[in-house]
Amino acid sequence: MRPKLELLDPWLIERILDEAFQLIREPGIRVAPYAVELLHSAGAHVAGDVVRIPEVLARHALETVPHEFFLYDRSGSPVVHYGGDDVHYDPGSSCLNILDSETQRARPAQSRDLVRLVQVTEMLPQYAAQSTALVCDDVPAEIGDWYRLLVVLLYSAKPVVTGAFSGPSLHRLLELLAIESGGSEVLRQRPRAVFDVCPSPPLNWSEFASQNMIDLARAGVPAEIVSMPQAGATAPVTLAGAIVQHAAECISGITIHQLASPGAPVVWGGAPAIFDMRSGTCPMGAIETTMLDLGCAQVGKHLSLPTHGYLVTGDGICVDAQAAAESSISAVLGALAGINMMSGAGMLEFTGCQSIEKLVIDAEVIASAQRLIQGIEQKTDSLAVSMFAQTGLHGDFLKLKETRALFRGEQHFPSAVIDRGAHTVDDTGPDILARARQRIAELLAGYHRPAMSPDREQAILDFARHEARGVDLRMLSCVDA
Amino acid sequence: MRQSVVDGLPDTARNLARQALSEGISPLAAISDGLVPGIEAVGEQFAKRQIFLPDLMASAEAMQAAMGVLDLELRKEGIERPTAGVVVLGTTKGDIHEIGKQLVGTLLAANGFRVHDLGPDVPAQAFAAKALEFGANIVGVSALLTTTMRNQKTVIEELEKAGVRPQVKVMVGGAPVTRRWAEEIGADGYAKDAMAAVALARSLMDAKTQSNSSTVLL
Repeated sequence: MRPKLELLDPWLIERILDEAFQLIREPGIRVAPYAVELLHSAGAHVAGDVVRIPEVLARHALETVPHEFFLYDRSGSPVVHYGGDDVHYDPGSSCLNILDSETQRARPAQSRDLVRLVQVTEMLPQYAAQSTALVCDDVPAEIGDWYRLLVVLLYSAKPVVTGAFSGPSLHRLLELLAIESGGSEVLRQRPRAVFDVCPSPPLNWSEFASQNMIDLARAGVPAEIVSMPQAGATAPVTLAGAIVQHAAECISGITIHQLASPGAPVVWGGAPAIFDMRSGTCPMGAIETTMLDLGCAQVGKHLSLPTHGYLVTGDGICVDAQAAAESSISAVLGALAGINMMSGAGMLEFTGCQSIEKLVIDAEVIASAQRLIQGIEQKTDSLAVSMFAQTGLHGDFLKLKETRALFRGEQHFPSAVIDRGAHTVDDTGPDILARARQRIAELLAGYHRPAMSPDREQAILDFARHEARGVDLRMLSCVDA
Repeated sequence: MRQSVVDGLPDTARNLARQALSEGISPLAAISDGLVPGIEAVGEQFAKRQIFLPDLMASAEAMQAAMGVLDLELRKEGIERPTAGVVVLGTTKGDIHEIGKQLVGTLLAANGFRVHDLGPDVPAQAFAAKALEFGANIVGVSALLTTTMRNQKTVIEELEKAGVRPQVKVMVGGAPVTRRWAEEIGADGYAKDAMAAVALARSLMDAKTQSNSSTVLL
């Protein structure tokens, strides 16, 4: 049996959905002009920028959404399954800062940091997907979003969780992906990336977000709604109330998306959080934030939709016990909830900073969570009696053939990041930060850039250099340095 | 009146302000002896982690409710209430988040500042134009997103272009904003939360140089 955790009673899910449908009807949602006509022509009531969506229209949209889809790696293999209770993790995305490996102080991220982070992620099987994890300070802001994707495509073969910073720039990212995939039709058939799109709480689909949802639907490239209710600030203070808002934002987004292109893939995702009533921050490592993620995902699962959450993050400013505790709790609980994609690993400081050291530590946490959801199974006809028949009361199980045959499947073996050595008082060994650094060095030493067709690589670089010249950038530091 | 502010009771505070006036208490005395000690006590309790943001907001609203009554009387009497300073506040272009900024605005107003809140998604030029129009002492620029944070720098550039930069102090805040960022863009101060923003604004007005962990004069 696979262990599973659910926080919402069935009647509460129905109540949440009922109120979500009420909200999109009254007070309605604020929608940018880009999406208004689409909704209006489908029967929604429009008054200025407020659109009231009838329940029947939203329910129809929910019926046309695919219940599952795959993201593909460069070779065209389906490696990330959005659907059911399958669980995947990717690094948190779009940090401006990185925790410097030497000083362990936050500083603006550079291209070389993103290359390093992508290379480490590529080597860690716990991360099924890459993310466009850092916004590079050494490139102009105008090209910051597609530049991140360029780095990932050049240094990784894994699928990518990404996103655009504006409506128009989405098309630069789609163009890059299409070049890498061998054309926009191949990209549609075997999407390499999913795009995060964030409504603004409460109940607001901005111009940028509306445009992204519609254009992604039409391109057939998966959109991942990242609804971000902040309970007590931009959403009701109760967890149930915030989950209602999340559901209303997702349902309204899906309605826009499916009207643009019925059957296009979309994810019921989010980064909900509580609002800390002392500091005014949104602690991503708080247990209530994790509860929100689980509750929101459960509603999506009830609708048979692919799910996403923002987990495995820490709120402190350094890689310490707090970071490990917060990340471990959410990684494990998210796995038990069967959330398809969990973004956030490596992140600190309310998602404001990435740490590669934390990323490799989080990978160990994730491996444990992945082991947990494999559950406890019957692997032998007799659970224990036949083994006791062989050893008697000597208890020498190490010599049994069953031990040798089965231990690899029963036990997860962490890397040296997790200290299981026997130490003396005088020889305590390196601390976890030192072990993480060592692990990073080993991973980077073993990294080889995944092969890419020379023609496609040249086409990608031609595209990038052409776009870079448009902002007077003469050198792409991720490749030219 | 002090207690109504501490308890965060706008209706009570408003009624007590009316009662004070009807009993012949001067509006300035009602402010300085009733409301100000109340909001100061609330600030102290918040700093000691004894109360929370919703309590703080309720107290600020109570203060403003009473102030509405007393301000009206001051205007009738032709008395200018001394302000702690004139502040123009807004969230940067492209960013529609404003809860943090609203919190700062409410607390600044409760602490005697005259606040002109320009709202969210404010073009950099509008900050400069409004700073000139209102004779601002301080311009506060908020940003929640890492992508829109960069527009805080544009606001400072526009203030310079408009020739108003020497007259105003610029304070920046928002979830992704750090002291280093504030230094980098040439802001005068950074506050990590709303109470720190009030302390920072006072410090900027006093032109004192003080520093603590959450309030930074640059």
